[in-house]
Amino acid sequence: MSTEITQIRTPAEKALISLYTSEKDRLPGNDAVKALRTEAFAEFERSGLPHRRIESWHYTDLRSQLRDAAPLFTAGSSEFEDSLRHVQPKIPEGYALVLLDGVFVPELSDLDDLPEGVSVCSLADVLAKGDAALVERLAPKGLGTGDPALSLNAALMQGGVVVDVAPGTEVAKPLILLSVMSAGALHAAYHRSLVRIGAGAKLTLFEIVDAVEIGSNQQNGAVVIEVGDGAEVEHLTRISRQGADAVIINSVLASLGANCQYDGFALIADGGLVRRQIFLRFNGEHSTAGIRGLSLLSGKRHADTTLVVDHAMPHCTSREYFKHIVADEATGVYQGKVIVRPHAQKTDGAMKSRALLLSDSASMFNKPELEIFADDVVCGHGATVAQLDEDQLFYLRSRGLPRGEAEQLLLEAFAAEAVEKVRNEGARERLLTYVSDWLAARK
Amino acid sequence: MLEIKNLHVEVEGKKILDGLSLTVKAGEVAAIMGPNGSGKSTLSYVVAGREDYEVTAGEILLEGENILEMDASERAARGLFLAFQYPVEIPGVGTMTFLKSALNAQRKSRGEPELQTPELMKRVREAAKRLEISQDMLKRALNVGFSGGEKKRMEILQMALLEPKLAIMDETDSGLDIDALRIVAQGVNTLRAKERAFLVITHYQRLLNYIKPDTVHVMAAGRIVKTGGPELALELEKNGYRDYVSEAA
Amino acid sequence: MPAVRETVETVRSIDVDAYKYGFVTDIESDKAPKGLREDTVRFISAKKNEPAWLTEWRLDAYRRWLTMREPTWARVDYPPIAYQELYYYSAPKSTEGPRSLAEVDPELLRTYEKLGIPLREQEVLAGVQNARVAVDAVFDSVSVVTTFKEELAKAGVIFCPISEAVQNHPELVPKYLGSVVPVTDNFYATLNSAVFSDGSFVYIPPGVRCPMELSTYFRINEQNTGQFERTLIIADKGSYVSYLEGCTAPKRDENQLHAAVVELIALEDAEIKYSTVQNWYPGDAEGRGGIYNFVTKRGDCREARAKISWTQVETGSAITWKYPSCILRGDESRGEFYSIAISNGRQQVDSGTKMIHLGKNTTSRIISKGIAAGRSENTYRGQVSAHRRASGARNFTNCDSLLIGDRCGAHTVPYIEARNHSAVFEHEATTSKISEDQLFYCMQRGLSGEEATALIVNGFVRDVLQQLPMEFAVEAQKLIAVSLEGSVG
Repeated sequence: MSTEITQIRTPAEKALISLYTSEKDRLPGNDAVKALRTEAFAEFERSGLPHRRIESWHYTDLRSQLRDAAPLFTAGSSEFEDSLRHVQPKIPEGYALVLLDGVFVPELSDLDDLPEGVSVCSLADVLAKGDAALVERLAPKGLGTGDPALSLNAALMQGGVVVDVAPGTEVAKPLILLSVMSAGALHAAYHRSLVRIGAGAKLTLFEIVDAVEIGSNQQNGAVVIEVGDGAEVEHLTRISRQGADAVIINSVLASLGANCQYDGFALIADGGLVRRQIFLRFNGEHSTAGIRGLSLLSGKRHADTTLVVDHAMPHCTSREYFKHIVADEATGVYQGKVIVRPHAQKTDGAMKSRALLLSDSASMFNKPELEIFADDVVCGHGATVAQLDEDQLFYLRSRGLPRGEAEQLLLEAFAAEAVEKVRNEGARERLLTYVSDWLAARK
Repeated sequence: MLEIKNLHVEVEGKKILDGLSLTVKAGEVAAIMGPNGSGKSTLSYVVAGREDYEVTAGEILLEGENILEMDASERAARGLFLAFQYPVEIPGVGTMTFLKSALNAQRKSRGEPELQTPELMKRVREAAKRLEISQDMLKRALNVGFSGGEKKRMEILQMALLEPKLAIMDETDSGLDIDALRIVAQGVNTLRAKERAFLVITHYQRLLNYIKPDTVHVMAAGRIVKTGGPELALELEKNGYRDYVSEAA
Repeated sequence: MPAVRETVETVRSIDVDAYKYGFVTDIESDKAPKGLREDTVRFISAKKNEPAWLTEWRLDAYRRWLTMREPTWARVDYPPIAYQELYYYSAPKSTEGPRSLAEVDPELLRTYEKLGIPLREQEVLAGVQNARVAVDAVFDSVSVVTTFKEELAKAGVIFCPISEAVQNHPELVPKYLGSVVPVTDNFYATLNSAVFSDGSFVYIPPGVRCPMELSTYFRINEQNTGQFERTLIIADKGSYVSYLEGCTAPKRDENQLHAAVVELIALEDAEIKYSTVQNWYPGDAEGRGGIYNFVTKRGDCREARAKISWTQVETGSAITWKYPSCILRGDESRGEFYSIAISNGRQQVDSGTKMIHLGKNTTSRIISKGIAAGRSENTYRGQVSAHRRASGARNFTNCDSLLIGDRCGAHTVPYIEARNHSAVFEHEATTSKISEDQLFYCMQRGLSGEEATALIVNGFVRDVLQQLPMEFAVEAQKLIAVSLEGSVG
């Protein structure tokens, strides 16, 4: 009865296969790394682009939504050289590390001013040397294993950075990981970075997915984060200047030591199809993770945030808090899975997803999941989908506010609640401004 | 009635009771007073049989019988009652259902016939009336949504119903306003009897204005440091626990 | 947490063999040849003397089934089922011919008596006054008797085995059969469509409030036999019916397949309340034997203001794969799902519901209580979905899980899909264990650890128990204590 299913390749899949075939010898890495790429691509070929029958991609069907896979621009090409001049990475309040089209560009980065205890090297160099121990850390076991987007990323990664923060270092200003797409024809970039935060160190990492000009590019980026014992990390992510056809896949693979704290926040307001996936695992006891985000979706945007939070050790706390404002014909997706392994007793997990739908054709899909194998735990989740509260609107209008302003006020309050927990003051203010501007522009 | 000999108790390796000895006779109302952290609540939990407390030495005798090896329900069946400082909410379990289950479980283990619902209802209603507990409260799930005062009154109602030989009142006055305190104290006073003993644990002398003790014990650093009559409570009210704390340390 | 540990030990040491319905009735039966072929389907259809359209309907299902695969998305794990090693039809020999109480084989009557099912019309259920329940008793593949038929007929209510309805109600069966769960719905439903044997048929005419509870009692007796019952309930405009099903099976070392389909249709202003107390044999403590309970239950609120309410108490079966659902097609229709799922030993439960909001201003409510003990796995899987035109859809979902012991798993997998901006969906879920404080409090008042656990668990599931018809709530409460404690009286 087992009928053999022959997979019909979509144009995008075909394009990816030919892309890999033509690029594989040019991509950085010694023989060992090349073997890993081959293996990763074979895995991708087996699974194909993720589709709705793959549980973790149920609501983001790349197989049907990705019409074509764009080619890579490489360092040395005229488009690349041309774009170099347009990148303005100087961000006064942080240390910028710039990736252009997925390739690390030292001359645009603040390498000279890096504080003591922070060292940065290029991923391409690491891959070329092929230091086995380091390469292994680029794909931590058990985090996102088998995910087709990550397999593709591993096969095609062009560059990135490896950042080391020495134990005990308190980095005063944020480290900014700026990934920029150059102007010009439709193209794609694949990059992966590794940020290791030593024991007791403190760091704010600001990840910005950007472009020289608004375009329809495709980016598949991953950041591997290792948080040492007792370290404190705030990881902020913003996706900006992306056209309505841009495809952004942004993955975070985080491993947490003992007694440490990781706080993540992401603002998604740009791009056509965005998939943000976070795989986080507690490897030590008494650690806390806060994973938060705000998605402001208009037009026909589709933004998917998918979390897998793995409580592999006892006495850890996780808080997941996501908000979506979905307008026009946009689609918001939130999938959050909290796993509590056997023996991970005293786990405290609370997840919340709240969405406001602003128009008839807006959609929101929520899938908050609990997978629990230990009994002495307190875990819960809540998910709501609703509209602006008519009573609140009426109250505000009765006080003289026009409907539009009343709506704006309530939406700002709704969104601000998600931003509030951002610790870095400058970043928080900028995020709030961004939210106000987005809401104002919506009308 | 209750005899505690040289009791040593640890929680997670930390010493809480350190050679505590205490005797409460039938008919006696004994008060234990002491500063925060002196081990008062631990004492009530250990006597009632809460696990997680490691008895490293000593004995607890109830009517001459060592109860340390018994679990909480066996001790309850032998007539031990603890009025909790923080009564526990049990969602979905009706108050009447709970009262009936508890009473009949105790009767069963003593070899007495189970009480039928009409008789039980009658007894509960009478006790509830005395304690100003509304019928509505009896219909709700046990302690769920009760105010602090209501919970404490419910404890006294259970005590009246279960007719224990020894009742331990753990900070029953905490969180009570003056009216609730009066009702609770009256509830206790009507239960005073020559075959019944009370161990009243409190931080403040206030409660003892309403429930007059025969004996007052001062507890500090895990043992009884002084024993006297009701006048001892007044002295403590005036001078505080400072002397005893330093003495014990 | 020693008190909890003790409870856990108690639960662990439960002799799951305490299952008290595990006896076998020794009765001669008439079986179809082993395995499944077109001939088997024709055999079943011929046995029941079915009209040609139904034979074709079955064969169509069978052919489609051959092209389908077993679903694998649920969190359950079992070795492949050898479909060709099963018997698809088994009937007690003595039941052929006309059926009335007087004609039923006394051995069968004794069986139902042992199960506590009153197959008598003059008596009432023990302890409950004036409670009359009409029972359709299904033994393996056939209905052996249906009680209170005449009295129900006076009210215009049709309550009979579906095989009988096929013969006597050509105006109803072809119109509604497969209209809620289509032939091709899923692997098990399609299999059921091909080989379904018996089950109950209910029709409540317009404006009639069914004068008594209706119930069907399913019993699997024969070895290596699958049970594929099919139930069809139609509540015509403005009518009301409350229906209950119960199920048990003997203890056997092999797994047995139960793939049922239940279809409910509620027309304008009608209400159907469907309750299940599922107590199939769960297998022994090591996971040997037990029923594979793979059922498709779906209700269609086909017209305005129709209401369908599912209540289930799931304590049995080795594996439960079951999602009683509501299609809220009529404007202002309402769906409800109340569930208690208890797993112990090596049981695996993957159960929940689907609330599909299609009409305007439709509402739904889901209350699910999962309790996992022993080495069991207990998953709630639920979908709430509002379609583009389903303006004003409302859902409230609450699913709580309780873990007893550290070798079991409790999982929550909700799919919440809003495609309409006026939808308001609220979902909340918690997972925890019985609190040490609650246990100690109860024990201080004299309850033993086991009694305290049972009391607290009963409190935990109370919201759902309240939804059961009174006559069965008490029974269900006892069943819960039994499935957790093994303390059969």
